[in-house]
Amino acid sequence: MYLLILAILIPFIATALIPLIHKRIGAFHIGWFVLLVPLALFLIFIMQIPAISNGETLIQAVNWIPSIGINFTVYLDGLSLIMALLITGMGSLVVLYSIYYLSSSDSFPHFYAYLLLFMGAMLGVVLSDNLLVLYVFWELTSISSFLLIAFWYHRKNSRYGAQKSLLITVFGGLGMLAGFLMLHSMTGTFSIRETVTVIGQYTDHALFYPAMFLVLLGAFTKSAQFPFHIWLPDAMEAPTPVSAYLHSATMVKAGLYLVARFTPIFGGTAEWFWTVTIVGLITLFWGAFCAVRQTDLKALLAYSTISQLGLIMSLLGLGSAALHFGDGEQGALYGLAIFAALFHMVNHSTFKGALFMVVGIVDHQVGTRDIRRLGGLMAFLPITFTFAVIGSFSMAGLPLLNGFLSKEMFFTASVNAVSLPIFGVSSWGLLIPIIAWTASVFTFVYCMIFVFRTFFGAPQLKKLDRKPVEPSIGMLISPAILCVLIVGLFFAPNLLGDHLLKPALHGIIPGISGAAPHISAWHGFNTELFMTLGIIAVGTLLFLTFRSWYKIYLIQPAGWNFTVLYNSLLQDLKRAANWITTHYMTGHLPAYFAYIFVFFIAAAGGTLISTGALSIDLTADSPITTYEGMLIVVMAIAAISIPFAKSRLTAILLNGVLGFSIAIFFVLFRAPDLALTQLVIETVTTVLFLLCFNFLPEWKTEDSSKRIKIRNAVIAIAAGVTVTLIGLTVNSGRLFESISGYFEDSYELAGGDNIVNAILGDFRAFDTMLESLVLFIAGLGVYTLIRLKHGKGPGKDEH
Amino acid sequence: MESLIIILVGVLTTVAIYLVLSKNVVRVILGTAILSHAVHLLILAMGGLKQGTVPLLGEEAEIYVDALPQALILTAIVISFAVTAFILVLAYRAYQELETDNLGAMRGSDDE
Repeated sequence: MYLLILAILIPFIATALIPLIHKRIGAFHIGWFVLLVPLALFLIFIMQIPAISNGETLIQAVNWIPSIGINFTVYLDGLSLIMALLITGMGSLVVLYSIYYLSSSDSFPHFYAYLLLFMGAMLGVVLSDNLLVLYVFWELTSISSFLLIAFWYHRKNSRYGAQKSLLITVFGGLGMLAGFLMLHSMTGTFSIRETVTVIGQYTDHALFYPAMFLVLLGAFTKSAQFPFHIWLPDAMEAPTPVSAYLHSATMVKAGLYLVARFTPIFGGTAEWFWTVTIVGLITLFWGAFCAVRQTDLKALLAYSTISQLGLIMSLLGLGSAALHFGDGEQGALYGLAIFAALFHMVNHSTFKGALFMVVGIVDHQVGTRDIRRLGGLMAFLPITFTFAVIGSFSMAGLPLLNGFLSKEMFFTASVNAVSLPIFGVSSWGLLIPIIAWTASVFTFVYCMIFVFRTFFGAPQLKKLDRKPVEPSIGMLISPAILCVLIVGLFFAPNLLGDHLLKPALHGIIPGISGAAPHISAWHGFNTELFMTLGIIAVGTLLFLTFRSWYKIYLIQPAGWNFTVLYNSLLQDLKRAANWITTHYMTGHLPAYFAYIFVFFIAAAGGTLISTGALSIDLTADSPITTYEGMLIVVMAIAAISIPFAKSRLTAILLNGVLGFSIAIFFVLFRAPDLALTQLVIETVTTVLFLLCFNFLPEWKTEDSSKRIKIRNAVIAIAAGVTVTLIGLTVNSGRLFESISGYFEDSYELAGGDNIVNAILGDFRAFDTMLESLVLFIAGLGVYTLIRLKHGKGPGKDEH
Repeated sequence: MESLIIILVGVLTTVAIYLVLSKNVVRVILGTAILSHAVHLLILAMGGLKQGTVPLLGEEAEIYVDALPQALILTAIVISFAVTAFILVLAYRAYQELETDNLGAMRGSDDE
């Protein structure tokens, strides 16, 4: 019944078990145990395919905090299922690969604990229907990503990359949380499904667009969209299996998932269409452009991932136009872009996963992944070479590989967009296919660089750490499976399309009922085919003449990039925080007291005034006698004289006057017990003060400057006035009945005639007991302080 | 009567806080002692004054004054005494060790 909820929990449970298992198995590699988790989950999700492809959806809910509408609701539809299969499927392959990749000096339990933590969190993201639950899992993926990037934490670059990715993704995540809360304040629900059904009434709401942009901020930071893409290249410091898994196949797709998930909510508006499309296109181009100049294979793949994510993002943007048209021919036409996005999302995971594993093998076998040191590896690593060719050519969009199909669909979508009759596309629409085509040329170039610079040319064996040989068979299994998929998907794309992509598409654009998109490799000689042919021609030309146009990369000045901006921002933030702290944490007790009192005046007094609670009503007051009036005047004079006292003896005696006057008040106010206690305590206190004066220096007049004295006086008077006003206001009206009547039954309840004593000794006996404890502790403190041996004070060092 | 007592509480609070903000340790301690006087009076005034007889059931009166604030104040008096005693001794020790009663000078080293 709760199979899906269990599926999310299993990785977390396994995470907790890893340290226990690790201790028991000895030499046996713990990865084999870990492998069982994603494999089992993958099978569970595979079994859901028949139901989902029939258009059904699954919902399972457990109440969590029902009082504020937060329930652990798990929702499985086509989109979630695609993501879940990617997470568990890629997870299985990556775990298998990592068993051979990691060296024995690495800490396996840490690695696999983080990896499973991520797996559970990521499943939570794609399966949650509740926005706040989704948010929690979302941040958990950021944290596990942070831990995995910093896995080799002794390296400075790893720590830097981990911090950068965490700061940027959590920054976006917080924005997204704000967006979720805005959505909730509009619709009153945290459920995504319910939001989809009711959002139509709120499109004019003032919070609609702020919520949209905040949600997009979360998606763009997570999916490394321009200009937040800068964290992804630095995340490549992680072990390669992690890069293959988190930073190309799954986590970075969480942003795409979010955009797809929110398309039915925000899609159909011009703002959503343009923002998602333009950001996607810029990222697509910039990523591809930057990838060409990289010399580190992993950095090349990182920029290529950025570029491909941008491609999918722009497709999601273009496809959102379908919501504007609803059910019909045009809706179906533009909805194809969403279909292409989902298709490419799957394809990207296959070929990019394979390519990362190829880089891992090269790095593992020869000790470097610098293009300038590599070359001619084809002869030494023929199997790895085959994988590299299949992966890269698929990424470049060449026929007979799955990348060709989704790339063609991307071109179709971009060409269709030109004739889009809404959102003012007509004037700028032509730019969309142009940018798409240009970026694809660069994509072709870096794919060729990847293959030819690494595997062709003259081998430079002297520059390598080891003589290259093929790795053990275990390391080749995972990329081999991916390569089979790459080819298989080309020949049987509709297996995927009909069973997974179609239900997912219907979930994203509910309006489209008919018109099942059919993927086919051959469309005749149309625009898209000529675009592909053009890319191959121009791309080959650019690759061959790379040295002659390399100089365009030097146009961008070295200091002008977002990483420099990020670094300086971080520096300034540190400096500002440091400046503020050193200026208010002065180490002076009087200054700290001043903060406390000023805050009290502002918070309590401010609330009193701003809420209009202030009221003074003297009618309920009891009458006053001359004697009491005199006593009040005496006390006031004594109190005011204390700050002006010339000697400390005068000050103590005046304090005594206050204490004994209060004792008299206690008598007048019918409190005999208090009067007795006050008399005893006041006497003892005065004696104690006098005793201590024997050891303390003579009372000097305040040596503070006049300015400080006035400042202190202002604070003191303001605090006094605040207390008075609060007191008077409270005295003027009673919100509740007094509870004191209860204690008047003290004889029946506690067997005491003296109500005050009954309260102390019976009703609130625990209070009294703890009070004795305070006395005891204070006594201990006094005793220890007096008995403490002289330490090293100033002036005592000379002995 | 209650309003007058509350105004007196305000005066006591002002004096207490002025002393607490001082640099001299003894003034600070004196300030805390006066602050507790002020609070005791405030709590008592909040319960209503002189409306009834002493809270002893043996008096067999119609109305008793509110006994709960009295019980709370009794606890407070004892605890404030304990705290005053402790910080007085603390001041004495600090003077012995550091040879100053100036809080401005008792601020540790700069790198803390």
